[in-house]
Amino acid sequence: MFEYAPAPESRSIVDLAPSYGLFIDGEFAAPADGGVFKTVNPATEEVLSEVSVAGPADVDRAVAAARRAFAGWSALPGAARAKYLYRIARIVQERSRELAVLESLDNGKPIREARDVDLPLVAAHFFYYAGWADKLAYAGYGTTPLGVVGQVIPWNFPLLMLAWKIAPALATGNTVVLKPAETTPLSALFFADVCRQAELPPGVVNIVTGAGDTGRTLVEHPDVNKVAFTGSTEVGRQIARSVAGTGKRVTLELGGKAANIVFDDAPIDQAVEGIVNGIFFNQGHVCCAGSRLLVQENVYDEVLDSLKRRMAQLRVGDPLDKNTDIGAINSSVQLERVRALAAVGEQEGERWSPPCELPGQGFWFAPTIFTGVSQTHRIAREEVFGPVLAVLTFRTPAEAVEKANNTPYGLSAGIWSEKGSRILAVADKLRAGVVWANTFNRFDPASPFGGYKESGYGREGGRHGLEAYLA
Amino acid sequence: MLHGLPGVDRVGAEQRAAMLGTRSIKTTAKAEAIDLAIRMVDLTTLEGADTPGKVRALCAKARRPEADCPPVAAVCVYPAMVPAAAEALRGSGVHLASVATAFPSGQAPLEVKLADTRAAVAAGADEIDMVISRGAFLAGRYDLVHDEIVAVKEACGDAHLKVILETGELGDYDNVRRASWLAMDAGADFIKTSTGKVPSAATPPVTLIMLEAVRDWFAQTGRRIGVKPAGGIRTSKDAIKYLVMVNETAGPEWLTPDLFRFGASTLLNDLLMQRAKLRTGHYSGPDYVTLD
Repeated sequence: MFEYAPAPESRSIVDLAPSYGLFIDGEFAAPADGGVFKTVNPATEEVLSEVSVAGPADVDRAVAAARRAFAGWSALPGAARAKYLYRIARIVQERSRELAVLESLDNGKPIREARDVDLPLVAAHFFYYAGWADKLAYAGYGTTPLGVVGQVIPWNFPLLMLAWKIAPALATGNTVVLKPAETTPLSALFFADVCRQAELPPGVVNIVTGAGDTGRTLVEHPDVNKVAFTGSTEVGRQIARSVAGTGKRVTLELGGKAANIVFDDAPIDQAVEGIVNGIFFNQGHVCCAGSRLLVQENVYDEVLDSLKRRMAQLRVGDPLDKNTDIGAINSSVQLERVRALAAVGEQEGERWSPPCELPGQGFWFAPTIFTGVSQTHRIAREEVFGPVLAVLTFRTPAEAVEKANNTPYGLSAGIWSEKGSRILAVADKLRAGVVWANTFNRFDPASPFGGYKESGYGREGGRHGLEAYLA
Repeated sequence: MLHGLPGVDRVGAEQRAAMLGTRSIKTTAKAEAIDLAIRMVDLTTLEGADTPGKVRALCAKARRPEADCPPVAAVCVYPAMVPAAAEALRGSGVHLASVATAFPSGQAPLEVKLADTRAAVAAGADEIDMVISRGAFLAGRYDLVHDEIVAVKEACGDAHLKVILETGELGDYDNVRRASWLAMDAGADFIKTSTGKVPSAATPPVTLIMLEAVRDWFAQTGRRIGVKPAGGIRTSKDAIKYLVMVNETAGPEWLTPDLFRFGASTLLNDLLMQRAKLRTGHYSGPDYVTLD
């Protein structure tokens, strides 16, 4: 047996302060009413730092700062705004190791993914939208920014979701008040430092930390012109309700229950990689995760055997170990939710996990599949947002399409087939914002991303992503 | 049968191979991997300029690469050099591999290939590295390729047969998979990537696909076939990446010189330098390893 010795990435590169204030008008400031909360490392439950809770007065100050900055920022020529965005992108690249370690500490994701996926994409997003800043006239959505943008982002890709939100907003001349998720506020606060390093004018980017109340205050603030949210469908509904009739523009990127469809003419080995990457990437904390596997019946045994063999090789453990494939579940709350749905799944289908030892401390869940699942089962309908895969079968392409579309969600889907004509025909019928063929969870800043149905509305990324920030 | 094999998606296969290349093998794991890699080396010289003297020097290195170091798996030479090598390796336990069958092109009549093989075995080779007829394979004449391998296997007698697919000339990964199955079905003991004589030699994705093939063949037949990437593997770092790939693709059962080899010449010295570095904590430099 070839045992890989521990290969931990050093955390000494991250210099964490014992506490953090709110980033408003280019300065870190204590919250008005002094509220704080702790952010923990989900892999160890160790407290990383204390973070401020932004109350209504703080959100008010942040929005006011963004409003003051808007006049100057929006009046800058596009090329001048681009200069700042390029600068931010380069600083992110220079500090990418530090930011990757930080992201892994606060989120629980494996350092390999933070290093090889999150951070390169963060930089790429800023580079991409920097390029658009002086070419807005050619994008087809006008050139007038909306004003102050309130953005609320989730905990699964803290810095990447920040980049998805902030890069297009700044490129188009808007100013930003952003609230990171309660369990993963640190990388946004480090990003505030990146903004200072880039000498971004004060008030253009403001970071307010806190829980759901802070987010609600921000979304409902009367001087916010646009709301951008990524998170659960449930909260998305509340936001849509609260902004209805206010004239605020909204984009929502919500949940998903993506079908990953494996046809009998698929490249099986790569399909198995794609299934694993589709559901176990980032512990399954991915809104576009391929959480429903649809396998053609005549290759079911072959695919399942390969999948189980491959899952047995997944290395679950210390997120900072460079060889870890699956890290920690982000919070105890999420762990409870995953456990609860898995318990439901157990009554419905057959549960299987590879033998793997989970650490005693922290929040952990073994990669899990459920076989013998039907469309009617909850495990096939509800978003788990964890490393849990429901396996279903189909007989014909028409049945595959029907089952894939038979969900209230519509964020993403995957098709595995060596036959080009089949891929095109099926992709055409799938009601999902992103359809991957012979790959899964591939992202690029030039490609628009967003949902059908209850997966939200509006697109982020690409030229399309500019529309949400221009009048 | 060959066209019924599942296809290989190029992008996905290359991505997987690249991901396995990011594994971080350090400290004790690295030391074990380096010693294992040394024991898997087929120390090779395949030059027109080879002489018995040169081959004897290589054999001396193969038997004892340095003090307290395990011997390599085999020495690999042209048939004409087999007598000298057999003499130099006698009693060492190091295998003697000879390329045969009109290496490297394979463009010779079957009788010549068989005579080539028999001569090498008679002179003392216990492993034969044959080349397939890529021309026949690409023309779709799989039966001909198959029959040739069967005939060479028979000519080998007790000698182990490694079948070189010359993947750099096969065009795509689907053909690598097909050629692997063809060779295994015809009786190969090992499948080997390359001759080292064409520009594209062993690559991680090609080796990945061959490892998948032997894994699937074992699942179907219960027989374990070996894999030998050859050509272009020069550093310990690369060798360790291959071992990771073996471990996570075919499985740890393949991590033995009986089932995995490196066809290489310069790799051994880099392995020795890294080995010394791990033991002493510093690089001694290229003057401290022998050039043979």
